[in-house]
Amino acid sequence: MNDDPTFIIPVGPVHPALKEPIQLVLTVDGERIVGVDVKCSQVHRGIEWLGMNRNNPIQSIYLSERVCGICNVCHPYCMVMAVEEAAGIEVPERADYIRTIVAELERIHSHLLWAGVAAHEIGFDTVFHYTWALREEIMDTIEYVTGNRVTKAIMMIGGVRRDITTERAERIKKATAYYLENFQKIADIFLHDKSIKMRTRNVGILTKEDALKLCAVGPVARASGVPKDVRQDAPYGAYAELDMKAITPDMYNGEIVGDVYDRIIVRLLEVKQSVELINAALDNMPSGEIVAEKNLVKLLAMLKRADGEGIGRVEAPRGEDIHYVRLEKGKEPFMSWKIRAPTYNNVLPWIPMLLGGEIADVPIVAASTDPCMSCLNRVTVVDESRNREFALTKEMMHEMSIRKTRRLMRND
Amino acid sequence: MCAKLTKALDKSLWVFHVNSGSCNGCDIEILAALTPRYDAERFGVHLVGTPRHADVLLVTGPVTRDMEEKLKRIYEMTPDPKVVIAVGTCGVSGGVFHESYNLVGPIDRVIPVDIYVPGCPPRPEAIIDAVVKAWLKLERLRGEGGEQ
Repeated sequence: MNDDPTFIIPVGPVHPALKEPIQLVLTVDGERIVGVDVKCSQVHRGIEWLGMNRNNPIQSIYLSERVCGICNVCHPYCMVMAVEEAAGIEVPERADYIRTIVAELERIHSHLLWAGVAAHEIGFDTVFHYTWALREEIMDTIEYVTGNRVTKAIMMIGGVRRDITTERAERIKKATAYYLENFQKIADIFLHDKSIKMRTRNVGILTKEDALKLCAVGPVARASGVPKDVRQDAPYGAYAELDMKAITPDMYNGEIVGDVYDRIIVRLLEVKQSVELINAALDNMPSGEIVAEKNLVKLLAMLKRADGEGIGRVEAPRGEDIHYVRLEKGKEPFMSWKIRAPTYNNVLPWIPMLLGGEIADVPIVAASTDPCMSCLNRVTVVDESRNREFALTKEMMHEMSIRKTRRLMRND
Repeated sequence: MCAKLTKALDKSLWVFHVNSGSCNGCDIEILAALTPRYDAERFGVHLVGTPRHADVLLVTGPVTRDMEEKLKRIYEMTPDPKVVIAVGTCGVSGGVFHESYNLVGPIDRVIPVDIYVPGCPPRPEAIIDAVVKAWLKLERLRGEGGEQ
């Protein structure tokens, strides 16, 4: 037996789920985590390559929707913004409003989805089912407005593909009213429930300095007190006219801890903010065209003649998303296309969040940055001192997490 | 049909979900099928944490190079009789990702697939329909002596 009391626990890498498949290598001393290493990029679908070799720019819009099934408005939004900048296309004002509304609908769906998954991770399945039931209302609205529940296919270079007609606007109003009505209920569950507070307060802390140093983005950065939000800092779409402010947890209770609880506060307040933004955008929506060039053949010919580069920046539900596009005269596919998705930035902050924590907190801390939790599906524990190896599944980790909730409840 | 179903329902159907490089669109629809609106769990359809407990494999994604070996291993770990459902267009045919240099899929090039669910992503109803079809197929396999 050797003297080193630490174990190494590799988490993953099997489940590649969202944009980045991830392997976490944890070094633990008993229950305490003393070392964390993150390994990304094991699975890769070659999306940028397809956009630069096979697809024409219009086909690439639909490809960029498949970068992520959850952020499937932000990625095409970002991409069309970059192409519009590169080709010098002016977007009609009404299209900007429609894009804003659809992007905010997506934020509500994504944050509710996250809230459910977070509740599941701490073993609170009732809340998981409750939030997902609430989420169905937004899915129905998205389906009514865009024609599909998940992939919305509404973005087009130079505008949008479908208008928000009066009936659609009414349907959206109905959904926003529903969420305003139920908001207090969700807020009560997530912010005042004793077991949620116990499992999230002072867990997975990311300090403001670390958030800045590691370039965290989106709700993770905001929960650590960094008021950065692309919608506020570099307004696109209709945000400049909608008076949008980045949400930090001190707006709710006057303090910033930077823990999982603060990330819950930020996301919940953002749901409410999105509802308000949608209502304001619907009320102020100008009339007019929804797309700069209706004829797709003409649009393609125009893009083929264009020469230049552009950058799109969009605040996705998980943080800042950036697309860089370069068009070359006479070449139909992009000359160059680079995507930087928000989870890429939010993975490194896992290291300071997890250090010093317990294994049972890994699911909720990792989930708090809103990555894909499927990465945790398989864990192997290697006990070097005893020279044996056994597998720790996600189910077992989940069990440990539930047991911790129960233990805390008893001791309280 | 009715009698058959009763026989098949003597056991709950346990499902293992494998993501072989999907964009997560199908995965959230699979979860939606289990949550209150569609609530497949009321029929005993239950998502399990290991393939060793599963009757059905729900596979999403176009199978990237890195996932090929892992998917094969998961298939071998699942006890017989088993049914594989390919969920989503990219798992069925490669979809928007076909021709990519990093794909070995679609899924049926890697493991045998019994039921295909096209759609990008398919609706939760379509996924539930596929699980019901899997149920019927499992019952037939059991009838043929697949189960000891």
